[in-house]
Amino acid sequence: MSLFAFMGALEAGLIFGLVAIGVFLSFRVLDFPDLTVDGSFPLGAAVAAVGIVSGLDPYLATLIAALAGFLAGVVTAQLHLRLGIIHLLASILVMLALYSINLRIMGRPNTPLLNADTVFTPVEALPLPMMFAMPLVLAVVILLAKLIIDWFLSTETGLALRAAGANPRMAAAQGVDRSRVLTLGLGLSNALVALAGALFAQAQGFADVTMGVGIIIIGLAAVIVGETLLPARTIILATLAVLIGSIAYRIAIAFALNLDAVGLRAQDLNLVTACLVVAAIAAARLRRPGLPRVRLRKEARNA
Amino acid sequence: MRVFTLTAAALAASLVGHAALADQISVKLSYIVDHPAIDDTRDGIVAALAEGGFVVGETMDLEEQSAQGAMTTQVQINEKFVGENPDMIVAISTPSAQTAMAVTDDIPIIFAAVTDPLSAGLVDSYEAPGRNLTGSSDLTPIDKHLELITRIVPGAQRIGVIYNGGEANSVKQVDLVKKEAAEAGFEIIEATAIQSGAVLDAARSLVGKADVIYVPTDSTVVSAIEAVVKVGQDADLPVIAADTSSVERGAIAALGFNYFDIGFAAGEHAVAVLNGTEPGTLPVRFIDKLDLFVNPASAAEMGVTLPDDLLDEATRVVD
Repeated sequence: MSLFAFMGALEAGLIFGLVAIGVFLSFRVLDFPDLTVDGSFPLGAAVAAVGIVSGLDPYLATLIAALAGFLAGVVTAQLHLRLGIIHLLASILVMLALYSINLRIMGRPNTPLLNADTVFTPVEALPLPMMFAMPLVLAVVILLAKLIIDWFLSTETGLALRAAGANPRMAAAQGVDRSRVLTLGLGLSNALVALAGALFAQAQGFADVTMGVGIIIIGLAAVIVGETLLPARTIILATLAVLIGSIAYRIAIAFALNLDAVGLRAQDLNLVTACLVVAAIAAARLRRPGLPRVRLRKEARNA
Repeated sequence: MRVFTLTAAALAASLVGHAALADQISVKLSYIVDHPAIDDTRDGIVAALAEGGFVVGETMDLEEQSAQGAMTTQVQINEKFVGENPDMIVAISTPSAQTAMAVTDDIPIIFAAVTDPLSAGLVDSYEAPGRNLTGSSDLTPIDKHLELITRIVPGAQRIGVIYNGGEANSVKQVDLVKKEAAEAGFEIIEATAIQSGAVLDAARSLVGKADVIYVPTDSTVVSAIEAVVKVGQDADLPVIAADTSSVERGAIAALGFNYFDIGFAAGEHAVAVLNGTEPGTLPVRFIDKLDLFVNPASAAEMGVTLPDDLLDEATRVVD
């Protein structure tokens, strides 16, 4: 792997770290399997791209993109809460609708930014090659976002949110309004994902309606890989773990891209990526004797 | 432990990297998703390169990558390519070209099968692309299709178009049809089908409202073209398609193109660039080879007779 490819993997891993934290919020903290993200990621990209192309300040456009993502999450939550639509279906419906909405927002399937100023334009002025400057700046921004989420989850509202996910009955008994925290939680989760979409579009110079394909899988993979590599009991460590998971996943892909040298072909990429992730998880398990399957095997060997 | 063997092999390979022999030209090719049209485009590019003296495995080292549908993977593919400093990057499909453009402004990029390179921001103009990119477009020549419709159904005023509104490529084509039709004085009646099961109803909705049905290269509608043909036969409504395979399945006629030619056109540009031409000076290539397929039997069933000169021009007459 060249240094350029490695720094690229780091950059993508950091941007998708936001998706991972968003997915962590919905799937893990709220215990709500939310597939809206496949729609809110391109939503963020579309809103930011259209905003920037029509002359908005890129920071403002990025903020509006995150707000649009928040709204998408709110709609999913309301469909579930008010109409009693089961969580998976509610999020699938919003994801479906967002495909058309994203087409409407852009007016066409693909919007290039055509050398417009983006939030990354000031990065070009740094006395560092872009290859290093982008991951550095992103690392600062993403860590900041992580700390804000950590702080939020430690506030009274944040604790209510965690309680509603961990034990809904108990939380209700303590006076937690589930509707309110669920709406807020899904909104926040999708705002993070839309923010990732907005940053991705600006880093790549275009937004495309198909950008959202498989985002939920990337997010979930990052969460699970992160949890395996760094099992955490506190929120601060758990969000750090999903960030690490996100970067590890991108590095696995960067490795997998060298498949032609071992006689594999382009169409084998996803298989090799999957194997690398399995290997990383298996290696993490082997290192820690506390986990049941590995212990079983060791006992068998000693016997 | 096979997983580990595979992993170990991948790790070892990644340290070695993709090794091109010193005297070989290094070309990196990628595409966003695995699809028959993309395979044909790739074959066209490779054929043109070979004709120009760049033979895979002999004078040229060609590395191929598929993003398997994931945009982020496509980004990482281009980063890998640029990190190995090749002589040229070939990008099939719009997102592959846009993400390649984002990582390099000096390595020449040849794109292929990009429908609208101008509005995708890849080129400054079709005549003089300007930057480190040029290539070929697969934009359907809608004006020629409308001309075909008037030759087969001279009195046609209202053209019914069946398409899937959720397919970006179809929406683009229908927008073009509307624009061209307005200039030529046609009225366009739209009927959308979100999945192949809805095509029959969409076709029926056009009976009485349209004089002729035009089917763009929409995979949803083309997969159920028999339903459209049936309605056409029942209601004497001529069905004209944009892809030639539909003519074998009952459409009256189609002026189609094939992706091999689109790839070949891009490949000819690739040869010129590898021989020293600046990509920014090579005009974007558009479809110039069209195949006319006609089906006289089907025409008779839909109540029209194909003119003799059209039959003479046909690349293929389907019995």
